[in-house]
Amino acid sequence: MANTRQDDRSEPWKDPGAMPYVRIDKVTKKFGDFVAVDDITLNIYRGEIFCLLGGSGCGKTTLLRVMAGFETPTAGSIWIDGVDVTAMPPYERPVNMMFQSYALFPHMTVEQNVAFGLRQDKLPKQEITERVIEMLKLVRMNQFAARRPHQLSGGQRQRVALARSLVKRPKLLLLDEPLAALDKKLREHTQFELINIQETLGVTFVVVTHDQEEAMTLASRIGVMNHGEIVQVGTPTEIYEYPVTRFVADFIGSVNMFEGSLIEDEPDYVRVESAELGGIFHVGHGVSAAPNATVWVALRPEKIHVSRERPEGNGDNRVAGVVAEIAYLGDQSIYLVRLAGGRMVRVTQPNIVRQGGGDRITWEEPVWLSWDSSSPVVVTQ
Amino acid sequence: MAWIRALGPYRWATGRLRGWGVTGRTAVTSVPYLWLLLFFFVPFLIVLKISVSGIRLGMPPYDPLVTWAAAQVMDLRINMANYSFLWEDALYRNAYLNSLLVAGVSTVLCLLIGYPMAYGIVRTKPSMRNLLLLLVMLPFWTSFLLRVYAWIGILKNNGLINNLLMSMGVIDEPIVMLQTNFAVYLGIVYSYLPFMVLPLYTAIEKLDLSLLEAASDLGCRPTKAFFTITVPLTMTGIVAGCMLVFIPAVGEFVIPALLGAPDSLMIGRVLWEEFFNNRDWPIASAVAIAMLLLLVFPIMILQRVQGKQMESHR
Amino acid sequence: MNQRRSFFVLTMMAFGFAFLYIPILSLIVYSFNESRLVTVWAGFSTKWYVALFHNEAVLTAARLSLKIATLNATGATILGTLAGLALARFGRFRGRAPLSAMVTAPLVMPEVITGLSLLLLFVAMEQAIGWPAGRGFTTITIAHITFSMSYVTVVVQSRLATLDESLEEAAMDLGARPAKVFFLITLPIILPAILAGWLLAFTLSWDDLVISSFVSGPGSSTLPILIFSKVRLGVSPDINALATILVLIVTTGIITAGIFMQRQQKRRERDVQQALAANL
Repeated sequence: MANTRQDDRSEPWKDPGAMPYVRIDKVTKKFGDFVAVDDITLNIYRGEIFCLLGGSGCGKTTLLRVMAGFETPTAGSIWIDGVDVTAMPPYERPVNMMFQSYALFPHMTVEQNVAFGLRQDKLPKQEITERVIEMLKLVRMNQFAARRPHQLSGGQRQRVALARSLVKRPKLLLLDEPLAALDKKLREHTQFELINIQETLGVTFVVVTHDQEEAMTLASRIGVMNHGEIVQVGTPTEIYEYPVTRFVADFIGSVNMFEGSLIEDEPDYVRVESAELGGIFHVGHGVSAAPNATVWVALRPEKIHVSRERPEGNGDNRVAGVVAEIAYLGDQSIYLVRLAGGRMVRVTQPNIVRQGGGDRITWEEPVWLSWDSSSPVVVTQ
Repeated sequence: MAWIRALGPYRWATGRLRGWGVTGRTAVTSVPYLWLLLFFFVPFLIVLKISVSGIRLGMPPYDPLVTWAAAQVMDLRINMANYSFLWEDALYRNAYLNSLLVAGVSTVLCLLIGYPMAYGIVRTKPSMRNLLLLLVMLPFWTSFLLRVYAWIGILKNNGLINNLLMSMGVIDEPIVMLQTNFAVYLGIVYSYLPFMVLPLYTAIEKLDLSLLEAASDLGCRPTKAFFTITVPLTMTGIVAGCMLVFIPAVGEFVIPALLGAPDSLMIGRVLWEEFFNNRDWPIASAVAIAMLLLLVFPIMILQRVQGKQMESHR
Repeated sequence: MNQRRSFFVLTMMAFGFAFLYIPILSLIVYSFNESRLVTVWAGFSTKWYVALFHNEAVLTAARLSLKIATLNATGATILGTLAGLALARFGRFRGRAPLSAMVTAPLVMPEVITGLSLLLLFVAMEQAIGWPAGRGFTTITIAHITFSMSYVTVVVQSRLATLDESLEEAAMDLGARPAKVFFLITLPIILPAILAGWLLAFTLSWDDLVISSFVSGPGSSTLPILIFSKVRLGVSPDINALATILVLIVTTGIITAGIFMQRQQKRRERDVQQALAANL
């Protein structure tokens, strides 16, 4: 996935002197015996879109609710803009939340919903009206101001919910699965709209999602969560290209995972012998592991090349197999290639040439798979 | 399943009915329809008729409305005297006003006790919730009369409360509680509390908790959120509960008869006494019609609210 | 947000349940009182229970009430189920609005009005066609069916409203005629609701005082009529004993039902947890 957004941004998390805007400090949340959030420490910087990504039950929503103030952490503290808000009730926090169900008040109009938060602050009527109109314009809902939530489509409700949570100009906006209730087309469109609005207002976003594509598109950084812990924090590129664990590699995108042992360990490269592969990986980065330790090599399907001819070079980073299955997806094709040991390898190839004619690789054909030494990633856990 | 085979006669019957041009649907609808028409609707017309008749001695103790004066001359006598009598006599006027007052105050008290109860039950964990709901309904299944009777033993001069207070030395003389308005309020609130709690429970249970979280997130304190979010969104339950208490309370007879003072009159009791003690059927009928007029509006509100609840079930 | 119930709500709940149950408990406790003075404790005794079972008037009235309640519950259940079926499943047929109004009106009608109007009807009918001759068992039963069928209708109708209509449509799609669909699909599913309706109708009839008083004749005193005439004269210990027996019967029934429901709930929760665990 092309992601050019980070390139033209400053990256405050790389600057050791930068002040984090939101600091989650050793936060633990237990429900009875169940540990939903396990000793998480996390810094989020001003103007970021930070995505908490994980499967259901990984604790991401609980962490979000702790930040909103709906749950009190069992241990640890939350700091926003230098203020400890751990004991602050939700109605006093400079934080707003967009709910997964949108939680629009059914007995109020769109306008009353958006104005609700401002009314709680007892702002002058004139100012409330102006800010509500301004916000409804921003989300292009101004002509629906008098409607009730049940008279709106899913996408319209989503925009009202967004307007309602942004109108108070919160220091931090929490979004719980903001796009989950929308269909695929609308979701893609709305992703970019969300980014635009975030850039216009400069509010810091924390987004919870289970959808890795959504996280990749939206996020400046992603925190991957599993069993109440944060497994890896990084930009979408880092997470995709350099996963630190098997879980992350497996969770983001699809991956071929091979178990092997370290046979050569140099600062700038390593070699891993894998019985599953029936060959040797030559990986162009160093790792910190004991010699002969068991490691795993992650290889993305789109980074594997398929050919009939034996590739040139020495014997590393290539293997022979037989095409067992082909799935044509339009923009690309997926090949399942059976190796000599019986292991299946998933390979995707873009369909650059139009299908139908020509001499294509077909079922039960013997092929060679090869890849660049910069493609595989070694993970130790 | 053997009982399905036993449906033979049923099939025969439906076949015959269809032969006569009666469809199954008409048959299903018409049986309860005719029953209610005969035993619910017609009686009202009779009450209406008798309420405009004059009283006479004998059985039945009222004048016929229509007599054949001459061969073909119908003599219709409508006697509005019963109604004007009700209007002019302070006894009836006071009974009406008193009934409205007692029913209204009791309804408010029921709401004040019932709402926190229903709210609390909704917020308990699901396994406990069923038990608490059963506990609310249990009194409803036990004899109404006996539950009202229980209060006599509690409230009377040498009853439970007075004995307790006197043995603790709080009071020297028993407090008169039985046969007071206080006892009537207490009895009505006690008897009709379940009618208030159940519709409230249904309404509060449907409330989406994330709405309250959203309100809190937008800076609304819990107390204010209760009045701006919870109350408006549970309004159907509030209205249904209030009407379910108010309507029967207006016509209540047993509670004022057992717990109230002999001179504190409620309209249900007046009707009873006109009928059984004075044997004045026309006046009793007029009282009934007047009471009904009073209740038409609340009954209509209740039917609307219940229709709404029924629809939101779908 | 903290969803724990506040202190205020807990206090009100405790108060509410105490309010509902203290009178019933006091009835039970004093039914075992030796003294005739009911509220002055004079030691444990079961003599009022013995006296109760030798009171011929009470036993006769109880038998009559039982007969009426059983017959009423059965009649009301049949009529109420038919009405509930019509209202929930026949769409907007002609005459739906008046049927719906006539069904719900008895639910809220003050009992004195229902009682009075039915009595006047019976008197008029007797004059016109000579039936029902006098007032007693028949008239009380008819009156009870009329007001208690409404409750059955509401129970059945709301059960049908939550029942997925596609089940019935599927049966029809597979070739079953409407009547067959009702007996094969609808009836078995709503049977618990119908049973609940029967019990409700039984209880309503068993407890009714006001309507029975209007439509009963001499020599046909139901149990509530008998109790009322005794209670008007003040508290009496054998009524406490009677109340205790009735309360115990109802409580046993309700608690049995409650335990059953609780078990089902637990089983459902366990199933859900197992399903979740299997998916993790």
